[in-house]
Amino acid sequence: MILEIKIAMLVLVIVCAVASITIKDLLGAAVVFGTYSFMMCLLWVSMAAVDVAFTEATIGAGISTVLMIAAVFRTTRRTKD
Amino acid sequence: MKRLALFTVILAGVLFAATASEFPRLGDPDSAPSRHLSPAYIQGSLPQTHTPNFVTAVLGDYRGFDTMFETAVVFLAGMSCFFILRALRRRGLTEVYYYRHKPTGVVLAMLAPRRISPRTSCFERIDADWTPQDMVVETMCLFMVPFIQVFALYVIAHGHYSPGGGFQGGVLLAASFILVGLSRDLRTVESLLTEKTAILTAAAGVCLYAGTGLLALFFGGNFLDYGAYASFFGAAVPAARSMGILIVEIGVALTVMATLVTIYKLVSSRGTVEEGL
Repeated sequence: MILEIKIAMLVLVIVCAVASITIKDLLGAAVVFGTYSFMMCLLWVSMAAVDVAFTEATIGAGISTVLMIAAVFRTTRRTKD
Repeated sequence: MKRLALFTVILAGVLFAATASEFPRLGDPDSAPSRHLSPAYIQGSLPQTHTPNFVTAVLGDYRGFDTMFETAVVFLAGMSCFFILRALRRRGLTEVYYYRHKPTGVVLAMLAPRRISPRTSCFERIDADWTPQDMVVETMCLFMVPFIQVFALYVIAHGHYSPGGGFQGGVLLAASFILVGLSRDLRTVESLLTEKTAILTAAAGVCLYAGTGLLALFFGGNFLDYGAYASFFGAAVPAARSMGILIVEIGVALTVMATLVTIYKLVSSRGTVEEGL
C-alpha cells in the first residue's frame, strides 16, 4: 500500500484515539471511536490481515458504536469530569 | 488519582515503545514463528483440512479449543449483561402505556393494568419518547435487512474460501436485527427474536460447538478432532475436518448473533425490554 496513505491512517488513528477520550460530548466520543475502529480496520487491511479487518469493521465500527450510542441515549450526554 | 493514571499510562507507553524494537520486522523470514510454525500451517492446512483460507483452519481446527472457550466467553458476556441490567417488573410501580390512534394521531395514555388489545388495528402502541418517523428511512432500512442476512449466511458458509467465518457472520446477523430495532421499535425485534429464544439460541450455539467436539470421542478420535467423523460423512479425513469446521462455525454464529441482540435490547431499553431506541 502507498506509504502516504499509511501515514495518514496512522495519524488519524492517533488523533481519533486521543480525541475520543478527551471529548466532553459522549455522543461525539462514540462517533469518533467508530472512526478510530474504521481506521484500525484499514490498517489491518494494509497489513494483509483481512479476517481481523472484517471483525474490526463489523464489531468495532458497527455494533459497538450502536451499543455506545444506545448507552448514551439512555444515560447522559455530558461527562461528569 | 488522575495524575497517577496519567503517569501509569505514560510509563506503559514508554515500556511498549522500548520493547517494540525487539519485535521481529513485519514479514521477517528469520523470526521464530516464520521458521517453524507459519510454514506448517500454510503448507499443511490445505492437504490436512481442505480449507484454502488457513485462518479459518487455524481458528476452527488447529486452535479449536481456544475458539470454543472464546464462544463460551461471548455467551457469558451476554449472560452477565442480562443479570446486571435486566430490570424485573416490581409490584406497585406505576407504568404508563401510550397508544396512538392511527387515523387521527391522538395519543392515549393508559395506566398499568389497563391496556388496549393488540388485536385492535386502529391503535398502535408507541414509546414514551416517540417522535414521528420518516417513512423513507424506515422502508429503506427494512428493505436492506434480507440482503444483510443473505450476505451474513454467505460469510458463514464461505468462510473456508474467503475472509469471514462464524464470528463475522453472526455479527452481521445481529446487525440486521439491530437495524430493525433502530428503524422500527424494540417490540418488532422482540416479536422476531424473543429474549428467551435469544438466550436459548446462544446456549445452543455453545452446546453445538462443545457437542461436536465431544461426539468425536465416540467416533474414536480426540476431543475436537473432526477427522474422526470421516466414517460418518463417508468422506476422506480432510473433507470431514472441513465439514467439522463448518458445523463449529455455525455454532459460533448462533451464539454471537443471539448474545449481541440480547445486549442491544438490554442497553437500549434500560433493562426493561419494553421501549427501545
